[in-house]
Amino acid sequence: MKRSISLLTFAGAAIGVSGAGAPALAADLNVTVEVPKLTVAEYHKPYVSIWIENPADSTAAGTLAVWYDADNKEDHGAKWLKDMRQWWRKAGREMTFPADGISGATRAPGPQKLVFAGAKGALKGLKPGQYNLVVEAAREVGGHEAVRVPFTWGKPGKPASAKGASELGAVTVSVK
Amino acid sequence: MTFKKRLLAVAGSLAIGGVVLASPMAASAHRGWMLPAFTTLSGDGAWVTVDAAVSNELFYPDHRPMRTDGIQVLGPDGAADKIQNASTGQFRSTFDVQLTKPGTYKIFTASNSVMASYTENGEVKRFRGSAEDFAKQVPAGAADLKTIRMASRNETFVTRDKPSAGALAPTGKGLELDPVTNPTDVVATEPATFRFVLDGKPAADLDVTFIPGGARWRASPGEIKVKTGADGAVKFTLPEAGMYWVNATVRSGETGRGPGGPGMGGPNGGQGGPGGQGGPGAPQGPAQPLAGNGQSASYTAVIEAQRP
Repeated sequence: MKRSISLLTFAGAAIGVSGAGAPALAADLNVTVEVPKLTVAEYHKPYVSIWIENPADSTAAGTLAVWYDADNKEDHGAKWLKDMRQWWRKAGREMTFPADGISGATRAPGPQKLVFAGAKGALKGLKPGQYNLVVEAAREVGGHEAVRVPFTWGKPGKPASAKGASELGAVTVSVK
Repeated sequence: MTFKKRLLAVAGSLAIGGVVLASPMAASAHRGWMLPAFTTLSGDGAWVTVDAAVSNELFYPDHRPMRTDGIQVLGPDGAADKIQNASTGQFRSTFDVQLTKPGTYKIFTASNSVMASYTENGEVKRFRGSAEDFAKQVPAGAADLKTIRMASRNETFVTRDKPSAGALAPTGKGLELDPVTNPTDVVATEPATFRFVLDGKPAADLDVTFIPGGARWRASPGEIKVKTGADGAVKFTLPEAGMYWVNATVRSGETGRGPGGPGMGGPNGGQGGPGGQGGPGAPQGPAQPLAGNGQSASYTAVIEAQRP
């Protein structure tokens, strides 16, 4: 537990440095997702969706990233996209995969640092206001978990974080 | 078995090609169901496998398999599709449906049958069979015509990718679901709305029962009963995720308990061999007229309440 927290602190610091030179108006969303290392008999890297939720009605306001196994010989991995079920219901099933700028390969355990440019994709045109950043993971022969971190879009803010209990470690979000 | 029970059994049992088959020893506790392995699927290579049976416990095949020759499929565009790899064992049938198109598929059996009495040349005649045969065999404007119309429908739904409504339109015959919430979009703890129609018109004040599967590990059946409003719609919230058996039945007018009610088949009527019409060897007394007109219609479905 301590180890992952210190890793996160380190990750946050690294983003702080790299984001320092960003233009003030074109805010980016900095996200760190910890994919936990699990000691299980059969481990598969999780499918992960990272999306924005309107807290008022729980609808999706956009999808930032989907990590899945597009090289899988069974239906190019699309067969298991539904297992990220909240995202699937609210956003994924409306999309076509692979999705440019959103799809990516599954990630190995450890902190994954991501920067989503405010001028691109789902963040472009996102109205200023309160949102949840949702990270939702589903693992083959494993579990499912969604972690929500509130953030305010439209102005730089302090990092906020929340921690998963099983399929996800800490998730940290900051608007720079 | 009383006639009323027999009607219930007929309504609740599975229907093949427009002819209602009553299963031996049928009672209202024998529930027909088609249970898909998944109701939500993704990707263009999707198939779903389905178990189909008539059982007491939900969803354990403990009584009879459901016959597969009357099972139909409507694709997302509303066009007929097909089941594949059907096989029937001692207790259950299984089959697959390939979801070649994105959208919601309806997998179902449906029957509309008629029991009738009329007078021809001073003699009481009886008819029992499909609505189609009734139209062909019973003379239009027959004297003293009395009918008991029976409709039964048993459905389940699966969606690949984005849900659609093309397969969901009611036919206007019998008791049907005309869903407001797509049946594959029901989420535990979240409200959903189903609307029911009887012969295409709102089925008001209809009692609808939801029974969760997994009864073996519960002390009580866990039935949830709701009632539709004047518009035939009911808003409901299922408490737990899982598969649910949904059932509603309408009975009105003559149900056959009056003089002549016991109908065609004598003591074994309705539960004989294949065909369920008393069988060729069933003893028959002189035909008795039905006491009046009536209707019996049942609707059954299996739906999933998804985990929130």
